[in-house]
Amino acid sequence: MSMLAFQILIDGFAISALYGLGAVGFTLMFGVSGVLNLAHGATMVVAAVTAWVVAGHYAANPWLAAVAGVVAGVVTAFATYYLVVRPIQRSRSVPTVEKEIFVLTGTLLWGIMLQEAVAYFYTDNPKTVPPLIAGVMQIGGVRTPVNELLIAVICWAVIGLLWLLVNRTKAGKVLLAASINPRALAILGFELSRVYILVWLIYGVLAGIAGVLLATFLGASSGQASQLTASAFSIVVLGGLGSVAGSLLAAYVIGYLETLTAYLISPTYRSMPALVLLVLVLYVRPNGLLGRR
Amino acid sequence: MTDGIRGLLRSRQVWIGLLVLAALLTLPLWVSAYILGVLTIAYYFGVFAMSWDLLFGFANEVNFGPTFLIGSGAYAAGLLNAQGVPLWVCLIAGGAAALLGGVVLAVPALRLSGPYFGLATLVAVLLLQQFIIIFAGRTGGEIGLTMNDVLSIDAITNYWYALTFMTVCGVILYVLSRSPVGLILQASGQDRIGASALGFNIVKHKLAAFCISAVFSGLAGAMLVFYLGTASVGTVVEVSVGVQVIIAAVLGGRRTIVGAAIGAIFLILAGEVLRPLGQLSTFVVSGIALLVILFFADGLLGALLRRPEEP
Repeated sequence: MSMLAFQILIDGFAISALYGLGAVGFTLMFGVSGVLNLAHGATMVVAAVTAWVVAGHYAANPWLAAVAGVVAGVVTAFATYYLVVRPIQRSRSVPTVEKEIFVLTGTLLWGIMLQEAVAYFYTDNPKTVPPLIAGVMQIGGVRTPVNELLIAVICWAVIGLLWLLVNRTKAGKVLLAASINPRALAILGFELSRVYILVWLIYGVLAGIAGVLLATFLGASSGQASQLTASAFSIVVLGGLGSVAGSLLAAYVIGYLETLTAYLISPTYRSMPALVLLVLVLYVRPNGLLGRR
Repeated sequence: MTDGIRGLLRSRQVWIGLLVLAALLTLPLWVSAYILGVLTIAYYFGVFAMSWDLLFGFANEVNFGPTFLIGSGAYAAGLLNAQGVPLWVCLIAGGAAALLGGVVLAVPALRLSGPYFGLATLVAVLLLQQFIIIFAGRTGGEIGLTMNDVLSIDAITNYWYALTFMTVCGVILYVLSRSPVGLILQASGQDRIGASALGFNIVKHKLAAFCISAVFSGLAGAMLVFYLGTASVGTVVEVSVGVQVIIAAVLGGRRTIVGAAIGAIFLILAGEVLRPLGQLSTFVVSGIALLVILFFADGLLGALLRRPEEP
């Protein structure tokens, strides 16, 4: 029994850290620029498949492949911004109240295009990238791949770096200011478009890392893209849109709930309790756990 | 009243709708049964898209889960039919089940707004899908549920059923959207506080819109499964089906009702025409829809209507 408990604890921790990393970029993007990027899952998949191609075809070492994957994530994020989001935000024929739904529909379509392109060139099979560090170790009698621990460490290190960036650097303070009052920031003479470029860059890096790590852990396939978007979306909403701390909390709640269900009841029911919880929380606290009122 | 009728006759949208309808009426005379079959499905999709447009275009509520309503109707009808209940009772039950599902979903969900409302509706679809898969013993799970009855085995009869159904739904929804109720919905969608300050009960109107949208979606879902002969998660519940409904409505032109149906027909036909491209067809269809959204924000019908009405 204690073995099982340990297994759930470790697996849940790694999965939740990965969920958290994926969701932080998503929520940061919403907080700063008000965009919900429904091509999120597709961005992660593009990063994962790029890492897989580089690792497989060029027999590069896993770290180089991972870097290539993250670069692909950034390129995809900028493509999303310049080809889809910015034209809609600047369009005069879309009324302001409807910009949000247009960005949602636009990024959704763009995500489907990315997903289909990946499936066309590299099939729909799950791609597994070789782990960054191979081998297994014993923790409390549970055989755990070192890679799983590494994932948790990398996720938390990246989230820590992001915290430092936002709270300790000037660029980060500008980001924070943009999320609170973009108009005032513009009046103070800051270029909002440069803030948006920065936030899309950060978003691309985060989604890229999350995608590559996912591929080293569970594998990633183009068919998963919408599911990845949905899970990031639910984590972010459960935590409260725009709240980074809330997203991390929600990532752990959902990650552990899923792992518990999968181990103790049946993997078939994996996502069910998380969905029910999400609905209940939304009805009691319509703005999520730590959302701004 | 005569003013209303004269207004209707002067509206280009009505004329475009009538013109398209006249063209569709002649189709069985000169196209193959295969194309009629594709169009039959497209018409049911048209009803899905029009019901969605009532909710989004007018009440400004983004319902990410149209397939929750469609799927509830389809599966309620299918499950009853498996018990030997006659077809027409099943259809009514399908509409009623969707209405019930709509009320259960809408009463709490309307407290939420924007993306939160969207997510609640999306989650409803995922839950419905999980239920169907978990109770696979009764629902057929991923494989689907085979119907005892079908509407008809004749392609032309099926075509008439679908076209009549779409036309009736379209007329009801269009008239509703142009009625005072539609105006109040539109006002509450654009300025919630302003509209309630004028004394309109916004929640009541939005709930009514949701219920109407639910009944038509459920009926259309039930009709569709009785046309196809099977109900499966892939055709009436999956999120991707809902996405297609949304794309159809936005593509055709929001707030037009008629446009949503045209968008749905266009989308299904485009998918069929591009079938030789194989896997790439979805890519191309999404690309076209994206371009329309980027360059003709008012959709296909909106682009047609634009110049003369706004000098």
